[in-house]
Amino acid sequence: MDWQAFWLTIRLAFLVAAILLFLGVPVAYWVTLSKWRWKFLIEAVMLLPVVMPPTVLGFYVLFALGPRSPVGRAWMALTGHTLAFTFTGLVIGSILYSFPFAVQPFSASFSAIDRTFIEASSTLGASKLQTFLRVILPLSISGLVTGVALSFAHTMGEFGVVLMVGGNIPGVTRTVSIAIYDQVQEANYAAANDLALLLLAMAFAILAVVYGLNRRIWAIWPWK
Amino acid sequence: MAVEMNTGEAAHSRSRSDENLATLSIWAQKTMNPKFCLQVAFSAAPGINILFGASGAGKTTLLNCVAGLSTPERGRIAVAQQVLFDSKEGINVSTSRRQVGYVFQSLALFPHLTVAGNVQYGLRSRRPDERQRECGEILDSFHIGHLARRKPNEISGGERQRVALARSLVTNPCVLLLDEPLAALDSSAKAKIVADLRVWNAQHGIPILYVTHSRDEVFALGERVLVLDQGRVIADGTPHQVIRAPRNETVAQLAGFENIFDAQVTAVHEHRGTLTCRLENSSVELETPLVRAELGSRLRVAISAGDILLATAQPQGLSARNLLWGKIRGLEQRDVIVLAVVDCGVRMQVQLTLAARDSLDLCPDKGVWLIVKTHSCHLLRP
Repeated sequence: MDWQAFWLTIRLAFLVAAILLFLGVPVAYWVTLSKWRWKFLIEAVMLLPVVMPPTVLGFYVLFALGPRSPVGRAWMALTGHTLAFTFTGLVIGSILYSFPFAVQPFSASFSAIDRTFIEASSTLGASKLQTFLRVILPLSISGLVTGVALSFAHTMGEFGVVLMVGGNIPGVTRTVSIAIYDQVQEANYAAANDLALLLLAMAFAILAVVYGLNRRIWAIWPWK
Repeated sequence: MAVEMNTGEAAHSRSRSDENLATLSIWAQKTMNPKFCLQVAFSAAPGINILFGASGAGKTTLLNCVAGLSTPERGRIAVAQQVLFDSKEGINVSTSRRQVGYVFQSLALFPHLTVAGNVQYGLRSRRPDERQRECGEILDSFHIGHLARRKPNEISGGERQRVALARSLVTNPCVLLLDEPLAALDSSAKAKIVADLRVWNAQHGIPILYVTHSRDEVFALGERVLVLDQGRVIADGTPHQVIRAPRNETVAQLAGFENIFDAQVTAVHEHRGTLTCRLENSSVELETPLVRAELGSRLRVAISAGDILLATAQPQGLSARNLLWGKIRGLEQRDVIVLAVVDCGVRMQVQLTLAARDSLDLCPDKGVWLIVKTHSCHLLRP
């Protein structure tokens, strides 16, 4: 069993889910409450990873991180090496790839909150931030759990983006899904099956936990 | 527009004259859509001020303007000398700083907090021991101390209303806004909560705006009532003045006057203080109280179904001036009362008790006499 790939994958998924929690909550809150005219464009962009082939996303991320783009050049100047084919690059690509799987459940649970709770909170003297921390977050806890678990599970299972952005460097960018592909290429079907079963079991366990926790399957449906 | 400005100014000067009282003065204009515009100017003294009106009359919009949840285009809202909103001065205090208690129609109790957690929500700035003490006191004064550790979904509807009231009042608001808070309760539960609210307000003396569309609640609360229709105050006074003796058709309809007819003045009796009016499309003539109206002018007459007496034989020696003969066209039982429709040239609805129906042996097509006092006929401004 390729434990190195397994722990790398867990580390990647954990990091991405944690970052998406802090990044996704304000974005989802803005999406829920904003009355900006062009908001629908942002929403459409955010949902792109759901419908696009991961290779397309991976291709552009690779390009953006590479030394030819301003971002890549800036990173190069700062750290002395390129972002492509590194673990950091993999984290960035995965964040973009799993973004809708965190933001959609977050904003679905925010918009399910009765507005009078927010109004009642403000008549009781609470500021907007206090209202968010003391009313909105506690009431959307199931959406937060769903979003974090889904982005974790989704990152664990990604293949196309990893392959494009990270390549296949053992201990750095070789995740379980890449390892499975390698084993199959080398006709090691037993080893591939071990890893595949592990991924399957974990994905099932995570989804079972999510559904068991909130029993509201529509909260994760992106087109509410 | 200019007229509205003037009434607004008048409301200010009135509120300035009694500054020692924490009077709420409101002058607000808010366009909700091309068809609906809220335009009000009045002041509310400490105590219960009822806002009565059909749904869509602008009651909740008015409360939202006071709470700062809606912003009027123009206006001034102040409690005593403290200005909450003034479009001219550019003052618009945010909701969280207005110190306005608001009990929503849905109550909006936070489901993730206990009763005590809900009540202490607005006391964040106090020390923990102080917070606990104040929470305990208000829960006791509303007789819900034993529920402190329960969640809102574990207590009854009436208890939830008490919690919502306690949560707003514990913050010591300068105004209390109640949006049909007791609509779901039976009248005895209602009366108990209102009694507790009165006890609380006897000490604190703040203006309370109490929104309702229930006529019974207006009479039960029995203080000042303002009638709102299409965003405007169309009547203002005690429930008796406004609802019992309506002078406006909308008020009459809201107040549940079942019989409203077009009429024409056929005789003016200045010396007797009465008018004779003929109801349109009929030969029925009614004697009504004297109002300023010329012979032949058109009016509307409203008669409450509960103000009409019914007799099976022609009564003798009555003081009531209107005696009409007709036939019963229908009898409909509603709960413990019976609504009879009598055709006496016009269709008149008459309210009876079950016992009266049975002892008079009333049935369709039976001939009966209707007795209507002069002062039960309310003339409405068209």
